[in-house]
Amino acid sequence: MLKEEEIRTFIEGATNYFETSAQQAASVGSPYLVTDGKPGAFEYTGVIGISGARKGIVYFTAPRGMLTVLLMRMQETDSSDENIKDLVGEVANTISGNARRDFGKNFVISVPTVIAHDPDKVSAPHARSYVIPINWRTHSAKLVVCLE
Amino acid sequence: MKLMIVDDSNIIRRRIERSQQIDRLEVVGAASNGREAVELFRRTNPDVVTMDLTMPEMDGIECVQELVALNPNVLILVVSALADKATAVEAIEKGANGFLCKPFSDRQLNEALEELLSASEA
Repeated sequence: MLKEEEIRTFIEGATNYFETSAQQAASVGSPYLVTDGKPGAFEYTGVIGISGARKGIVYFTAPRGMLTVLLMRMQETDSSDENIKDLVGEVANTISGNARRDFGKNFVISVPTVIAHDPDKVSAPHARSYVIPINWRTHSAKLVVCLE
Repeated sequence: MKLMIVDDSNIIRRRIERSQQIDRLEVVGAASNGREAVELFRRTNPDVVTMDLTMPEMDGIECVQELVALNPNVLILVVSALADKATAVEAIEKGANGFLCKPFSDRQLNEALEELLSASEA
């Protein structure tokens, strides 16, 4: 279970990522709880395993269009599949790592695992996940937090 | 002065190379994990290193220790998403000279590098 202030930590991490990396704010929709173990995914997903004091996963999932524009905003001209996968993993890694500001050092994060072109393969380890919708420019993405 | 970039993300490696605008810094190489970084360090002997922490093979903290053992005068700026104070303190204790939290803007990167160089010259 996540407390309200813990969800806020991830919301702040997501908005800070877009503001700083893309110099363009993202808006965040109301977080909601999914209880069927299927929070859903877009074309590219960066998954971070969480261990230590908390266990579970955090993932950032987005369509190619959003990630391509995000790369461009970062002055990256190479929007190859490899770089798109790299970016989605880096976004997940950054938001999860930033969460340690509030969760502390025992919120241990893995290196990112990326799942591309097969959203059905993305699954949550527990039935209950919090989904934070992220809207940036004309694109939608999700940050999914599934912790014991 | 020679700069080596260490990060498992190609995008971040390229971003640091592109964004750093310190005239006296020249990028001499980039590595995607700690083990690669130690090998590259031996070959290129950089003066300044930007160092990610969460990486496969060998993490950044271990790599900082190895690089400082090879050259105690190397200047290391940790560039990491790990935003807790304890991690920053540990990195400094192991031999890093500065800490920049991801995500970062170009201005923040250049200010952090300038600060690192200024402190070493003081």
